[in-house]
Amino acid sequence: MLQRDYTTSQLDVLEAEAIHVMREVAAEFERPCLLFSGGKDSIVMLRVAEKAFWPAPIPFPLMHVDTGHNFPEVIDFRDRRVAELNARLVVASVQASIDAGRVMEETGRRASRNRLQTTTLLDAIEEHEYDAVFGGARRDEEKARAKERVFSFRDDFGQWDPKNQRPELWNLYNTRIRKGEHIRVFPLSNWTELDIWHYIQREGIEIPSIYFAHTRKVFERDGMLLADAEVVQRGEDEPIFEAVVRYRTVGDMTCTGAVASTATTVEQIIDEVAATRITERGATRADDRASEAAMEDRKKEGYF
Amino acid sequence: MDILRFATAGSVDDGKSTLIGRLLFDSKAIFEDQLEAVERTSRDRGTEYTDLSLLTDGLRAEREQGITIDVAYRYFATPRRKFIIADTPGHIQYTRNMVTGASTADLAIILIDARKGVLEQSRRHAFLTTLLRVPHLVLAVNKMDLVDYSEARFEEIREEFTAFASKLNASDLTFIPISALHGDNVVSRSENMPWYEGTSLLHHLEHVHIASDRNLVDVRFPVQYVIRPHNATNQSLHDYRGYAGQVAGGVLKPGDEVMHLPSGLTTRIRSIDTFDGALDEAFPPMSVTLRLEDDIDISRGDMICRPHNQPQVAQEIDAMVAWMTDGVRLQSRSKLVLKHSTRTARTVVRDLQYRLDVNTLHRDESATSLGLNEIGRVTLRTTQPLFVDDYARNRQTGGFILIDEATNSTVGAGMIVDAH
Ligand SMILES: Nc1nc2c(ncn2[C@@H]2O[C@H](COP(=O)(O)OP(=O)(O)OP(=O)(O)O)[C@@H](O)[C@H]2O)c(=O)[nH]1
Ligand SMILES: [Mg+2]
Repeated sequence: MLQRDYTTSQLDVLEAEAIHVMREVAAEFERPCLLFSGGKDSIVMLRVAEKAFWPAPIPFPLMHVDTGHNFPEVIDFRDRRVAELNARLVVASVQASIDAGRVMEETGRRASRNRLQTTTLLDAIEEHEYDAVFGGARRDEEKARAKERVFSFRDDFGQWDPKNQRPELWNLYNTRIRKGEHIRVFPLSNWTELDIWHYIQREGIEIPSIYFAHTRKVFERDGMLLADAEVVQRGEDEPIFEAVVRYRTVGDMTCTGAVASTATTVEQIIDEVAATRITERGATRADDRASEAAMEDRKKEGYF
Repeated sequence: MDILRFATAGSVDDGKSTLIGRLLFDSKAIFEDQLEAVERTSRDRGTEYTDLSLLTDGLRAEREQGITIDVAYRYFATPRRKFIIADTPGHIQYTRNMVTGASTADLAIILIDARKGVLEQSRRHAFLTTLLRVPHLVLAVNKMDLVDYSEARFEEIREEFTAFASKLNASDLTFIPISALHGDNVVSRSENMPWYEGTSLLHHLEHVHIASDRNLVDVRFPVQYVIRPHNATNQSLHDYRGYAGQVAGGVLKPGDEVMHLPSGLTTRIRSIDTFDGALDEAFPPMSVTLRLEDDIDISRGDMICRPHNQPQVAQEIDAMVAWMTDGVRLQSRSKLVLKHSTRTARTVVRDLQYRLDVNTLHRDESATSLGLNEIGRVTLRTTQPLFVDDYARNRQTGGFILIDEATNSTVGAGMIVDAH
């Protein structure tokens, strides 16, 4: 009997850790919310939330910061998933922030609402008095994220101070804050891109169609394939062509690149991700290419 | 496939981050764009070689100062295992971040610069890793390229460290001579050190046996959250009451007789529920939901254990405390918030028994307070009973954090040595 080997597979360990984190938040905070963008990480996070509280419903609302530049397939998916779960969705709109004069729309070919999202997000957190906000960020995504705690303290201005993070030992999380401050919580901190895909496969989780190979009108910029769409500003010198592509990450249409791919199943995506030699953000995100410390700087301002 | 969590430790500039960079690079866990970015930065700074430490030193301030400030977590997998790496800072000022990284580690690699030998900070980190009960230690003697790959130098350091380690509770200690910069003995055995008969570092990481490090004997289930669906449309859920939590010790099975603390009432496990169906058994680190045969008033912070194997129910606790702030000092009568498993209580320091000199392990009983990075043995009294075990027996039910009520900062980490 004692011969049994009580090893636990990596996905089970990661899932157990994420469930523990979610329950800790539900137990210790008054007004948590979960950021749900319809991207693969937040889809996995939502599934973990479903598991953490089952058979009870998820005890907090979902929030989407809608830039107005999202892929329509992803918005459809978002709404379908929310309806299925009978969850409450709060949409924080960047367009509304622009209309209210809280932020200024960038202009020019590379205009993006990526950075503007931070203001919309922080305003929404303040308006709804959220004290804990779940994000699907993973430490393997980017080198500044690799430094962040699972429970990441944000001051009154939503700022992250990377040089002064709270020690975080074992699985004991310090959840104490003052009014106006909040904690960003990252239950998937220790998952890698491959773990996410293996989990999607194992759980049979549905994902938006743009993750799979499809034919799309695109144009090339900085070695990336951007979608041809009304919201994406394109120059005369950037001709459109058709290509078979898929998305590795889902962000704004203006700054998220597609990769050439023929993967039409999750199995094929896993093979592709396992063989790739370029990180997902390196391959697909113009916003991270701006400078060496682009992510750190945005995070300090209160970005996801 | 299982997971091995390991942390680096050692003095500033001993090569921790370079080693992690090398490990990632040689095991092909580095992507082209990451490597290009690091090569570009190295070139811009006029470094002749590619500075692999830049792969983990991701903060602006770290790159500017060439040191690690906070833990970086990195991931890689070989066909045998998935690895979660915590690359920790060597600088004394950031010891609390090292402690953060080491607290969850199955294994720690303590680096020593072969030229410098065992430094005070190497001793401090070695001591901290044993205090935190990291079950496996590797002493990596680094920069062997700078001492002509000398076996004599390696042996000298091995002896010096062994003498120090004999005073610690170091359970499993392995010595490996390496060059993080050039890759000797990191992923494969080096031809520069034919006298070394052990395995490469990666081989050791892949094979070290960790399954028996968990406590599968003492059943401990700290109740984290009570699940009550209150579902109006689904009658079958109307009376559902489940106790959710992460198993901290032992193996639980349906039908087992269990005891609830603090009430002392006993009942049986009716079922072990998960979203994916009921389970035949649960053990660490699984997150599950228990339903019990009898209706007992149970809430967050309570403990479920076995009638004949209970944790201490204690309000007086003796613990080794690592102090992590320069804001206030820990001293007799300090009032703090203590978080232990799923229970939070207020606590007052009754007595600082001694402060430990991490260099000599001398106990200074005349000390009256602990400052930043100091370690001492304290007696605490809590406002509520806690359900504790010795840290040596269970890291989950033996560890706690201390929080300063004025600033809400985490200011101390405690490891229970005795309770009553
Ligand atoms: N010659 C030689 N140099 C090395 C070796 N390993 C590291 N170095 C150099 O030592 C210096 C410090 O290396 P880091 O990896 O940043 O040291 P660290 O231990 O991470 O330092 P902190 O994190 O700040 O404590 C760098 O210049 C490295 O290139 C080695 O094996 N041989
Ligand atoms: Mg370092």
